[in-house]
Amino acid sequence: MTFIAPVKFAIDLLAVLLLALGIKGLSKVRSAREANRLAAIAMLLAAFGVLLNSQGTIGISIDSWIWIICGTLIGGLLGAFTAKKVPMTAMPEIVALFNGCGGMSSLLVALGVALFPSSEGSDGVVSELVRNFSIVVSLFVGAITFSGSIVAMAKLQGWLSTPSWTQSKARHFFNIFCAVLALIGGVYLSIDGQNGLFLVVVASCLLGIGVTLPIGGADMPVVISLLNSYSGVAAAAAGFVVGSQLLIVAGAMVGAAGLILTQVMCDGMNRSLVSVLFGGALGASSVASGGGGGEYTNITSCSPEECALTLEAAERVVIVPGYGLAVAQAQHTLREVTRVLESADIEVTYAIHPVAGRMPGHMNVLLAEADVPYEQLKEMDVINPEFPATDVVLVLGANDVVNPQAKNDQTSPLYGMPVLDVQEARTVFVVKRGMSAGYSGIKNDLFDLQNTSMVFGDAKKVLGDLLLELKELGVGSKG
Amino acid sequence: MSFFSEALWVLLLGSLLGLELIGKVPPTLHTPLMSGANAISGITMLAALTLIIKSGDNLPLLIIGSISLGFALFNVIGGFLVTDRMLAMFSRKKTRK
Repeated sequence: MTFIAPVKFAIDLLAVLLLALGIKGLSKVRSAREANRLAAIAMLLAAFGVLLNSQGTIGISIDSWIWIICGTLIGGLLGAFTAKKVPMTAMPEIVALFNGCGGMSSLLVALGVALFPSSEGSDGVVSELVRNFSIVVSLFVGAITFSGSIVAMAKLQGWLSTPSWTQSKARHFFNIFCAVLALIGGVYLSIDGQNGLFLVVVASCLLGIGVTLPIGGADMPVVISLLNSYSGVAAAAAGFVVGSQLLIVAGAMVGAAGLILTQVMCDGMNRSLVSVLFGGALGASSVASGGGGGEYTNITSCSPEECALTLEAAERVVIVPGYGLAVAQAQHTLREVTRVLESADIEVTYAIHPVAGRMPGHMNVLLAEADVPYEQLKEMDVINPEFPATDVVLVLGANDVVNPQAKNDQTSPLYGMPVLDVQEARTVFVVKRGMSAGYSGIKNDLFDLQNTSMVFGDAKKVLGDLLLELKELGVGSKG
Repeated sequence: MSFFSEALWVLLLGSLLGLELIGKVPPTLHTPLMSGANAISGITMLAALTLIIKSGDNLPLLIIGSISLGFALFNVIGGFLVTDRMLAMFSRKKTRK
């Protein structure tokens, strides 16, 4: 009893230190992997600290052990299985799913303490009002995180579309209504600790849905990042509920770091957080406004053979990888094609749009998987001035990020979004499965341009054919 | 009241620390960082553990705590593993060079 408290304290301090170093290290390429492990070790230590302290002071009953082991095994195994099985292309969805579960966990803790006040974790050190208020915050933020993340995941998976009512003013009334209901429930619950409990939970869940549902397209990762920050806040609130300072520190760190990351992402897309949250989806509004609609009039399509001939004569080639490339899992075939081109002294670079692959950094991960040298990846601001001096641009399964409408057409829902100026290049090849619209559902003016040719087909198959054609032409074989 | 005021200090300093930790992040690391921070937010597993331990023989509470623990660990273990998978691709590239 006497020595356990200091030991627990030391473990907590060590865990916080490791967590902080972990978050710090995760923001540098060199140290990221070790930092991730460090954070994992910190979590293990923290859990050990709680178990040790409880065993030493009040003791842990057999029943408790059984339920701890059940929860650990089921949650842990499912998590490990999901993490191993999920394809790299589905990364945004899976982060949203994990995040939602973290929020749910905070919600359940607060729910448990609220339903059975006798089990209050902090042993009376927290006054009733503070405790109730902490419960309300934990329920509120946890519920928003959970429902918002699940909606985000469903939308990214394509299970949910954007209902038209969410694009009208009605959604603001709906959200304000839910927020007011949650507030009323929260006030009740803060005062007497019983009433208003389920009002808070239900209204907060609806609010999470109402806020997330209208957001679509390229803005989704920002929302996930924001919800990630919320789950940190929820954890901190749960820390107040059970009286754990370690939880408060860790939750606050994640909450603040998540907020910064969200801001960094917004900067990258040249959007403000407010316009992401309240500006409405890019996609669904195009249907209503009609801006950017219309038929294609001047489509030129060509075979991989013609594409190969043009590539052979080129000196500078820029690859624009997009989500289609990721879906077709064509990054390895792409790497082979670029190897052939490079061996023929053709300069190859990759233009990475900030949201290529639906999540910042997602495309970098996929190309790294295919062994593409890091130096060849160019960010949008760097590559855009270089397009006029480029012979061939190969657009692989990207659409909205190369739509010139974003610059030229003020009525377009895409207007103002930063895009890659591929139309400045001499020739543009767009590899695409068909004429269907991109994620935003908007017509792409690029396809109608004189210097654009469409190569229809699955990215992997087209690149495979291209590779054969290039080899037949003898490209790169001399060098 | 002492726990509360202490906890508020902890909250404040923790938030400031979080703000300072993430300075300039290369876009490459946005996705891994998000998923790593997400795994850390699963620290609510400690709250779930505490809940289970203090619930005695209260069966509904044990169940709620256990489900909560399951959700949190799904978040933690899945999050760390998936982050590691992503980061492994960067480091593998490095060793080959």
